[in-house]
Amino acid sequence: MAETLLDKVWRAHTVRTLPSGQTQLFFGLHLIHEVTTPQAFQMLREAGLGVRFPERTFATIDHIVPTASQFRPFRDTLAEEMTVHLVRNCKEFGIPLFDLDSGRQGIVHVIGPELGLTQPGMTIACGDSHTSTHGALGALAFGIGTSQVRDVLATQCLAMAKPKLRQIRVEEVLRPGVYAKDMILAIIHRLGVKGGVGYAYEYAGSAVEAMSMEERLTICNMSIEGGARVGYVNPDATTFSYLKGRPFAPKGEAFDRAVMWWKSMATEPGATFDDVVPLDAGSIQPMVTWGINPGQSVGVGEPIPHPTEAPEAERASWAEALAFMALDSGRPIAGTPIDVAFIGSCTNARLSDLRAAAEVARGRKVAKGIRALVVPGSQEVARAAEGEGLHEIFLEAGFEWRKAGCSLCLGMNEDKLTGREICASSSNRNFKGRQGSPTGRTLLMSPAMVAAAAIAGAVTDVREWLR
Amino acid sequence: MSRDDIRRQIIGRGIPLPGNDIDTDRIMPARYLKSVTFEGLEAHVFEDDRRQAPDHPFNQAMYRGASILIVGGNFGSGSSREHAPEGLRRWGIRGLVGESFAEIFFGNCIALGLPCLTADPEGLGRLTDAVAHNPEQQILLDVEHRLVRVGERTIPAMIPEGARHQLITGTWNAVQVLLEAGEEINRVAKQLPYISGY
Repeated sequence: MAETLLDKVWRAHTVRTLPSGQTQLFFGLHLIHEVTTPQAFQMLREAGLGVRFPERTFATIDHIVPTASQFRPFRDTLAEEMTVHLVRNCKEFGIPLFDLDSGRQGIVHVIGPELGLTQPGMTIACGDSHTSTHGALGALAFGIGTSQVRDVLATQCLAMAKPKLRQIRVEEVLRPGVYAKDMILAIIHRLGVKGGVGYAYEYAGSAVEAMSMEERLTICNMSIEGGARVGYVNPDATTFSYLKGRPFAPKGEAFDRAVMWWKSMATEPGATFDDVVPLDAGSIQPMVTWGINPGQSVGVGEPIPHPTEAPEAERASWAEALAFMALDSGRPIAGTPIDVAFIGSCTNARLSDLRAAAEVARGRKVAKGIRALVVPGSQEVARAAEGEGLHEIFLEAGFEWRKAGCSLCLGMNEDKLTGREICASSSNRNFKGRQGSPTGRTLLMSPAMVAAAAIAGAVTDVREWLR
Repeated sequence: MSRDDIRRQIIGRGIPLPGNDIDTDRIMPARYLKSVTFEGLEAHVFEDDRRQAPDHPFNQAMYRGASILIVGGNFGSGSSREHAPEGLRRWGIRGLVGESFAEIFFGNCIALGLPCLTADPEGLGRLTDAVAHNPEQQILLDVEHRLVRVGERTIPAMIPEGARHQLITGTWNAVQVLLEAGEEINRVAKQLPYISGY
C-alpha cells in the first residue's frame, strides 16, 4: 500500500510501543533556546541524568536578545541571566551553541534550515510551538514543552501518539502581490484555529510545489496557528537544491546518496489521507487579521465582519475580539490607521521576505509618527540583506534596521508595543497582549503589506503599489 | 506507589472560565517567562485578563481554593510555554475539563500530572450551572472511568488512552519509561542514514 511521509518517518524513528500504547519516538535533531530550557537542565541535574546525544542537539539565543545593541552584559539583567544559564548549560553538557559572536545566531527556526541542520526525513523537536516550520523540508517537527525538552535531552525520545493526516491541496498560482503568508492565513481562516488539532498537515498541490523553500517555511511555520502541531511539504528538487552546500548538509557523493534517501521518504502516489482539503490559490487575496486569533482575518478588499455573520458558537468570541481591537464592523479593513510596523519573526524574516518589503519601501518614506522596525531572522539573513543593500533602502525610507532575534513578535526584549498601540506585523500571533503591551493590538499580514502600511500609515492593498 | 503518584480521581471545587481559544499568552504573559525557574508563576496566572476584567473568575473570592478548571474549546492554544500549566498548577489547579484542548498544552499538562478531560458542550453547561448554583459543591474528575461527577449527575468525558494510562499508573514523568528502552535507542539511531552517514 502506498505510504505517506508521516508513515515512513514515524516508522523509521519508532523505538518501541510503550505500555501506555504510545510510541517511543526517536528524535534526530533537538534544537534548544534560552527561554524554555533552563528548568529542563535543572530537572536533569536533579535526576542525575546527562544529555544522551549532545551531538544531535544545537542551541541558539533568540527570544530575549536585544536587537538594538547586543553588547554583553545586556542591560536587562533577567535577559542576561538567562543567557548566562544557556551558555553554562551548553558548556556543561557539551552542546554546540550558536552564540552572538558565532556569525550563525538567529531565530531557531530560521537557522535550522539555513545551516542545513534541518533535513528531509528527520524527526525534530524544539521547545517552541513554531517548530512546525522545519516541516517545509520534509521533516516531522514537533513543538514541545519544558518537561518534554527534559525527556529529549535525557533520552533523545518522546512518548507520542501518531497524529492523523490531512492533505491540504492548493492548486493554481498565487496572484501578484499575494504571498505565502496570505496563503497560510487563508488556510487558517478556512479550517479554523482548532481545525488541525489531532492532525499533521501535508501541504501539496501545484501552488505549493511551485513555492521556494522560504515560502514553504512560512506556510509550515503557521501550521500550529491552525491547531496542527506538525505541517510538512514533501521533499523535492527545490528542497535538494536549497540544501546543497549548506554547512551541515552532506557533501559530495554523500549528498547524492542523501537525495536518494530523501526522495524515498516522500508520500507515494495513491497514498490515502484521513482528510483532504482542496484550495484554489488564485482566489486568495492579501489577508489582514481583524481579531485576536490568526483565524480572524479578511481579504484586504473586504469589510471588517459583524459578529452576526459568525457561526453561532463563535459569536461571543467575535464580539470580544472586535471590542478588544476597537474596530468597527462594516468598515473596510483597508484604511485602518496603524502606530507601529514590524517586519520580522520566524514566519517572515528571511531574505525573500526582506526583499519583498524592500521592493515596496524603495524610494518611499515611512509615514510621520509611525515606528517601523525591520528585524532580520538571523545574522546570515542580515549579512545577505546588507550585501544587496536592502538595509539602505529600509534606512532611507525611515525603517530601523535591527540585529537578529524574535523581537516584537512576542515582546520579550525591549521591543514592545506600548498602551493601545496597533501594529501591522509580519509575525504569527495577534493574541491579546502578544506584542508586549497587555492592551496592544496586532494586525497580521505579509511583509510587503506591512511595508505598505508603514508608508501609508494605514492598512493598504499592496497590489496597488506594485507595478 | 503512594496516592501522590497516581491520578485516578481528582476531587475539588470547580472554577468555570468561559470562552474559546484562550491562548497561553493570556494564561501566562511572556514577561514572566524571563526566569530560569518556574517559581512564583502562580501570582501571574491570567494577569492581564484579570486586570482588564475585575469580574474574572480568578479574581473572585468564591473560587479561591478551587482546583478543577472548567474551560471552553481550544484552551491553551499558541505558545508551547509550560509556564502556563505550571502557573495553573501552582495556583492550585489539579485537573481540567473542557470542550477541547490545544495539543502542546495538553501534553504539557499531562507531563505535570494535570489531567485534561473533554466533555460535550451540554455536559459542560450542566457542570458550569452546578458550580454557579453552588460554588462549594465538590466535583469528581474520574480519569480512570472517564467521567465527571457533580452531585447526582454523571457527565461522560474523554481522555486519550495514552494519557489516561500515564496518569493512572503514575508514569506521566516519561523519562524513566523512555530510559528503559536502553540500547534500543542506539539501535534505531544507527539505522538512520543521517546519523550513520549517508
